Amino acid sequence: MKPLLVTLAQKSFGDTVALAGVSVELGAGELLALLGPNGAGKTTLVRAIAGRVRLDGGSIEIGGRPADDPGARDALGVVPQEVALYPMLTARENLEVFGRLQGLAGPARREAVGWALGWTGLEGRAGDLVKTFSGGMKRRLNIACGVVHRPRVVLLDEPTVGVDPQSRERIYEMLAVLRHEGASLLLTTHQLDEAESRCDRVVIVDHGKVVGEGTLGELVERLFGGRRAVTLTLDRVPDTAVAGLEMEAGGRAGRALLDDPVEDLPALLARVRAAGHEVEDLALHRPGLGAVFLSLTGRELRE
Amino acid sequence: MIATIIRVSLLHLRRDRVVQAMTFLLPIAFFSIFAAVFGGRGGGGAEVRVTVGVVDEDRSEVSARLLGALERETGLTVSRVVKTKAGELPLDRERARTLVQGGQLDVAVVVPKEFGKSFPGFAPGGPEIELLADPSNPIAPQMVLGLLQKVGMTAMPDLFARGSIDVFERYAGALTPQQRAAVDGWEKGLAESAQKGPGKDGKAGSGAMAGGLVRTKVVDVIREKAPRTGIIAFYAAGIGVMFLLFMTSGAGGALLEEAEAGTLERLLTSRLGMGRLLLAKWLYLTLLGFGQVTVMFLWGALVFGLDLWSHLGGFAIMTVVTAAAAAGFGLVLATLCRSRQQLGGLSTIIILIMSAVGGSMFPRFLMSEGMQKAGLLTFNGWALDGYLKVFWRNAPLLDLWPQVLVLCAVAVVFMAAARLLARRWEAV
Repeated sequence: MKPLLVTLAQKSFGDTVALAGVSVELGAGELLALLGPNGAGKTTLVRAIAGRVRLDGGSIEIGGRPADDPGARDALGVVPQEVALYPMLTARENLEVFGRLQGLAGPARREAVGWALGWTGLEGRAGDLVKTFSGGMKRRLNIACGVVHRPRVVLLDEPTVGVDPQSRERIYEMLAVLRHEGASLLLTTHQLDEAESRCDRVVIVDHGKVVGEGTLGELVERLFGGRRAVTLTLDRVPDTAVAGLEMEAGGRAGRALLDDPVEDLPALLARVRAAGHEVEDLALHRPGLGAVFLSLTGRELRE
Repeated sequence: MIATIIRVSLLHLRRDRVVQAMTFLLPIAFFSIFAAVFGGRGGGGAEVRVTVGVVDEDRSEVSARLLGALERETGLTVSRVVKTKAGELPLDRERARTLVQGGQLDVAVVVPKEFGKSFPGFAPGGPEIELLADPSNPIAPQMVLGLLQKVGMTAMPDLFARGSIDVFERYAGALTPQQRAAVDGWEKGLAESAQKGPGKDGKAGSGAMAGGLVRTKVVDVIREKAPRTGIIAFYAAGIGVMFLLFMTSGAGGALLEEAEAGTLERLLTSRLGMGRLLLAKWLYLTLLGFGQVTVMFLWGALVFGLDLWSHLGGFAIMTVVTAAAAAGFGLVLATLCRSRQQLGGLSTIIILIMSAVGGSMFPRFLMSEGMQKAGLLTFNGWALDGYLKVFWRNAPLLDLWPQVLVLCAVAVVFMAAARLLARRWEAV
């Protein structure tokens, strides 16, 4: 039984199709990244799982139960992108409020709040008003309020947006603890490096459909096989195009995919020199998630 | 540069219909409402008509002519009977007193026995006409007082003349037969002239003798029962209800802030549904409103001598239902508006209009009939009527049922409307 199973989810808003039959599986203890350009349908999918969007077709199961089942809802934790906290309440009071609303009572609630304060490292600030917290502390508490009831499935919408690298690291450490305790996490992010380095698998949606799914290695193998990416930095912005080299708009950097680096790279460098340029820097690497994303959607993620 | 900034401002103005309305329509709307309230133009009755009950205990020619003339005054609605379940009963002193205390009559005129014999009152002593009045309406008794003096002279000039001659004879000696015949003829002419009524110029006659010759005293039928309540109760209720509306609409706006901050979304993904969320907000606002009004009345009691303690039951009932309805009002506005800014503008407009028309700023009983009726379309009108019943008229609690019923109905309707409007935040 999968912690989260979305099957052929469909949803339209008027003439706009937001979800056109999306299917997603989340495994036990897995950290799954949901990627897609803006308007791809990510938010609609996350809101549908959270019970805030009614599907036109398809189904969502949480722990084997329909998503609208009260038991299923209790097994779900939702962490919104906004810092959705009460600024005039203390950290402890915020945790108690959201704990109560998730059905926690009495000693169980006290234990959960204590756990959440320790988990976020906010024990020392438990009695302080949230409005006095730094951005990173608010983010951590924001996550804690979504998981204070210790759900089996956690939806995280851009949990690290706008935080410094140190806070981001702290947040991923917290998420690692959740996974270690058996929770399954689905997160949306625009940080490809995070998705690439932190997540077990990625699901890429575009135009309301899943266009790619799997581990990064699987996706790269499927899309690029043994090809390698090369990035060149030229001595100046080229006046004319260099065959086989895709230049960054208005920049000196260009990249190319090489089927066989040993044979193709010398030829590429020769074409660069023939165009009157020198190569200042060169890097050869396996295509990353950025290349996968671009290949699948035709767009950079930031678009 | 300056032109560019002006152009930007004009473009904003052109594209923001709310600002346009606030800039151009709101002043016109307020001007019209205040002109109607204070200027006596309310549609359906431009004049303030005073309701007067008359009780003739004297049953003399004087009392009959005086009250008859009073009935012909266009500014008054005069009644000699009271409608009861058993049918119409003639007004007596006690019934009239009760009707004034209950607010069904503005003033009652009681002509006591022997009044006619001592009319006109050139000499000291003798019975006085009693004006049973509610001091919450200071204009009505003064108006009737003046009209009594007027009709006393214009409807009975012959009796005035006879009284004058009697006083003359008492102090200067009897008239000769010739003088007596001349005076009788003059009195007859005066009586006939009074019967004919006003002349072509619309004046009933000379007002030169005005000055209290129809002996009258004003009897406060409210303060004799509750000496420490007064105009303070009116203002406590008026201002209290107005600020209750401001408070609930402001606090109801927390819903919009929660929607903007994302906490509403978070709340709705928990076990809490929209129905329970609104119910919780409504209960909180009702409690807060009750506290706010209670603090105001406590202050009135401690500092201004408002008699809160002997009206606690009525106060509690009125404050609970008023706060409950005001809480519903706040939530309707919050669910109707799309932003805190919209809520601020709309609530200010509605509350000020309702407060002006409903009597929070100016007593409704001093408004024209049309505006008095319009006041019943407002929340404030019903709430203030209830508070005045409690503090001014000392009405029994059961008498509050119309106000309680209406305010409870308003609360239910507001909450139903808020629930419907809040559907925009639910799952789509």
